[in-house]
Amino acid sequence: MNLKQTPSQTIGPYFAYGLTPEQYGYNFKSLATNLMVDPETSEGTIKISGKVFDAENNPISDAMIELWQNDGERKLFGRFGTGTDPENRFVFHTVKPKSVDGQAPYINVIIFMRGQLIHSYTRIYFSDEQQLNDKDSTLLAVPQERRNTLIAKWKGGHYEFNIRMQGPEETVFFDI
Amino acid sequence: MNTKVTFDPEVHPPKLYEGYKSTVGRAPHKPLVVVKKSLGELTGPLFKDFELGVLDHDLTRNAINEGEPIGERIVVQGKVTDEKGNPIRNTLVEIWQANSAGRYVHKVDQHDAPLDPNFLGTGRCITDKNGNYKFYTIKPGAYPWGNHPNAWRPSHIHLSLFGGSITSRLITQMYFPNDPLFGQDPMYMSVPPKGRELLVSKFDLSITEPNFALGYRFDIVLRVTPFENQ
Ligand SMILES: [Fe+2]
Repeated sequence: MNLKQTPSQTIGPYFAYGLTPEQYGYNFKSLATNLMVDPETSEGTIKISGKVFDAENNPISDAMIELWQNDGERKLFGRFGTGTDPENRFVFHTVKPKSVDGQAPYINVIIFMRGQLIHSYTRIYFSDEQQLNDKDSTLLAVPQERRNTLIAKWKGGHYEFNIRMQGPEETVFFDI
Repeated sequence: MNTKVTFDPEVHPPKLYEGYKSTVGRAPHKPLVVVKKSLGELTGPLFKDFELGVLDHDLTRNAINEGEPIGERIVVQGKVTDEKGNPIRNTLVEIWQANSAGRYVHKVDQHDAPLDPNFLGTGRCITDKNGNYKFYTIKPGAYPWGNHPNAWRPSHIHLSLFGGSITSRLITQMYFPNDPLFGQDPMYMSVPPKGRELLVSKFDLSITEPNFALGYRFDIVLRVTPFENQ
């Protein structure tokens, strides 16, 4: 049997009370938040924040970002909308995953927003893992001049990872 | 055989569809980079530890303040499978929608139609061992939007699913049969003709509950996860 996949449709502008309710102040329990670990009790917690930019270089205020990481030891999931931060940032608290099979540590990113009929996938790598990044097979499959779009920059205290949907600095999105 | 599993372009909308204006500044332009799947892509969140509320699947009762929500009660049920027809068990289904007047609770929705004090418009459930899910809700109304002059969205319910890995992640919209608004709706029309009927639920008398709610069936097919495909 070969059934046809159900087609994708946009998340639209009104997802927040269903998918990120507590973050936006709605009276419904959130299934996942931006606390992928408890920063109070988890050792080595890192903060990752950034913005999602459209073609005009404006930060997008109605995107939803999901992070997923699995290094064989810890499986962590987070979800956050860009509509509650005054600068339209997403912010996540997690731990850096371990290197698997000699590859650089990374976090999977899924991006949803009004104006996307189908979601986009990218990855977060880390600027302080240069040795592993330099021989990572996925990063090496990306044209060199675009690799830096995948690398979160250490900003002293947190990592910054901006996502650009279009333009000369367009983030690398993956077909997975 | 190393068949590439991907989003089927015969049924999925393109990233850029000019009829839907906000895709123009938001859809990626550069070609996607094909990546060899690693542990991250071969797995996904399972929500085993999350405790659903007892009324999370029943939007007719999960936000009652002073009485019942206004509108036509419906039951929406279906089966979640992969492309081979294998049921996807224990997977999360989340939904959100407008009320019967076509108004969302969301603060950004400025449509001049009444909110319903007894209707939030969101719910979730986990598929059973046969991949089945079921919601009770109120039939959503159509609503206007600013995409083009006199633009109206057909009645629809938004759905979010995970399946076995992040590659089977899906966000979609379920429509109702024979809606006269389909032809002018760029969301619906962005889907290639082969995919459109897959977005339309079917009225089903056999799941209609006597004296209570009309039944609509909506089966959902997710990508085979690469793990299963190996
Ligand atoms: Fe909608």
